[in-house]
Amino acid sequence: MNILVLIKQVPDTNEVRIDPITKTLIREGVPSIINPDDKNALEEAIRIREKVGGKVTVISMGPTQAEVALREALAMGADEAYLLTDRAFAGADTYATAKALSKAIEKFQYDIVFCGRQAIDGDTAQVGPQIAEQLNIPQVTYVRKVEIEGDKLIVERALEDGYEVIEVKTPVLLTAIKELNVPRYPSIKGIFNAYNKKEVKILTADDLEVDKNELGLKGSPTKVVATSTPNTERAGEIFTGNIKEAVQNLVERLNSRHVI
Amino acid sequence: MDFSLTKEQEMVRRVVREFAEKEVAPKAKEIDITEEFPWDTVRKMAQNDMMGIPYPEEYGGAGGDYLSYIIAVEEISRACATTGVILSAHTSLGSFPIYQWGTEEQKRKYLVPLAKGEKLGAFGLTEPNAGTDAAGQQTTAVLDGDHYVLNGSKIFITNGGKADIYIIFAMTDKSKGTRGISAFIVEKDFPGFSIGKIEEKMGIRASSTAELVFEDCIVPKENLLGKEGEGFKIAMATLDGGRIGIAAQALGIAQAALDEEIKYAKERQQFGRPIGKFQGIQWYIADMATRINASRWLVYNAAWRKQVGLPYTMEAAMAKLYASETAMFVTTKTVQIFGGYGFTKDYPVERFMRDAKITEIYEGTSEVQKMVISGNLLKM
Repeated sequence: MNILVLIKQVPDTNEVRIDPITKTLIREGVPSIINPDDKNALEEAIRIREKVGGKVTVISMGPTQAEVALREALAMGADEAYLLTDRAFAGADTYATAKALSKAIEKFQYDIVFCGRQAIDGDTAQVGPQIAEQLNIPQVTYVRKVEIEGDKLIVERALEDGYEVIEVKTPVLLTAIKELNVPRYPSIKGIFNAYNKKEVKILTADDLEVDKNELGLKGSPTKVVATSTPNTERAGEIFTGNIKEAVQNLVERLNSRHVI
Repeated sequence: MDFSLTKEQEMVRRVVREFAEKEVAPKAKEIDITEEFPWDTVRKMAQNDMMGIPYPEEYGGAGGDYLSYIIAVEEISRACATTGVILSAHTSLGSFPIYQWGTEEQKRKYLVPLAKGEKLGAFGLTEPNAGTDAAGQQTTAVLDGDHYVLNGSKIFITNGGKADIYIIFAMTDKSKGTRGISAFIVEKDFPGFSIGKIEEKMGIRASSTAELVFEDCIVPKENLLGKEGEGFKIAMATLDGGRIGIAAQALGIAQAALDEEIKYAKERQQFGRPIGKFQGIQWYIADMATRINASRWLVYNAAWRKQVGLPYTMEAAMAKLYASETAMFVTTKTVQIFGGYGFTKDYPVERFMRDAKITEIYEGTSEVQKMVISGNLLKM
């Protein structure tokens, strides 16, 4: 299986604070991490390779600093890494991002394109599905389990109150959710190898067969008029069971929502 | 001059910190109470190549640099000082002598499983009557055909009773004084080797501190480490490196206390405002942070010197002296600032204070560090 994993470097929202006066994010000094759902996608890709063989290639689009995220992916066990970076990509909305990434993906042989469900900074969950549309391949979103049977996959897709089992042929695009697995830590040996034995290859707009007007701000149909904080209705949730379990479940839930 | 960490070192810190916060910190309080050796954590550290960071891949290590290893000890100790010393004693004391003085066969047989974390290492020098006066070794080793026969005992051995492989020092020729001491690689199952008293301790309570007993213990001749008579040199040089590890442990403990202190100073209200608004507290925090920063650079400098092959005996002693005394200063003051709460087990700061104390004592007391430093300067 040749698996392409798309990852995004995002600010660690656990560490982000809001400036009380300007109401904007204080990004200074906030560590950057691999988007959590993308890490689940990467972990699953590595597990599939460990089971059936093949190659895991990670691709990220972003500024040059995103190289760190790709090195970390290599340290976790990815075979190759590509950074899509160019001023021409700047200001891209999800559509133009998906355009650039699908043009990059067309340069590779692949069976699976694996994305995270959504990024914790933008929370749109659009880029994965848009890439599948642009590549004209099937997609399964909210993946919580994957099994390989030859050239087809048996995939469990999470729904709000259950899940559906989908059989799909490759090539296919999947988007991972947290429930899919627990990502491994990059190993210490992996970190040194990621820097000393592997490389992050750079792709620019010139490497893609695409009209530059379709990229970046120019290629973005989304126009941001204003941003505001909506008043949210807060849904209550009651945790039952014995105190220890209830507290544990509560903490896990708060963690998963990036509240703590 | 460039004070920045390399990208690898930065990633090692980030990854080990995440590991420490998720896998190590949640158990720190419990194992401090139960004194249960954290095998589960040790296995997880092994899975992530943390048990042999500074050793080459061909010997089972992670192929990293010495400062990366030191940063790992610091970050693990910030979460749990017990786990920090297990890592430091294993890597610096149990594995390093084999890496540095072992034959190719000894490295293949012992360093590889140690660096992979499949086996745990320990180091036995201290005896009931040979503490600071380490030259007063009474354990003897007598060559008898194809093996040595060891008799005597060692005390206060970190990882004792849990380790698989021990570096043991014994007199092969009493008439030669320190030049009559030799080093041996001893497996836990060698006949005549047993574990004696397990110490109950004030701090680092879940680390194992044990007596090792040798009664006609048979050690194959090929397990002599280095040459006969080189033992004392091996022990002293190993402790030079071990001290950087303990200094990093102290640094991690101090940092943990400061982190708690800063959080508390913002939350705790007295006289209608957070105590962090009082200058008395602000000055404490400034003093703590300054000493921690000074410790960190002493520790990192010693680690860097070791990595690049510069002499580091004195720098390691300075780092150990200053970082351990800083850990004691910071943790004691933190308990004071927490007041009655700090004295209870509701907060981790009393544990930090108990854990900090040993860093001024083991692998050379503060007084020994001063002997080493002044000895290097006076040369008399």
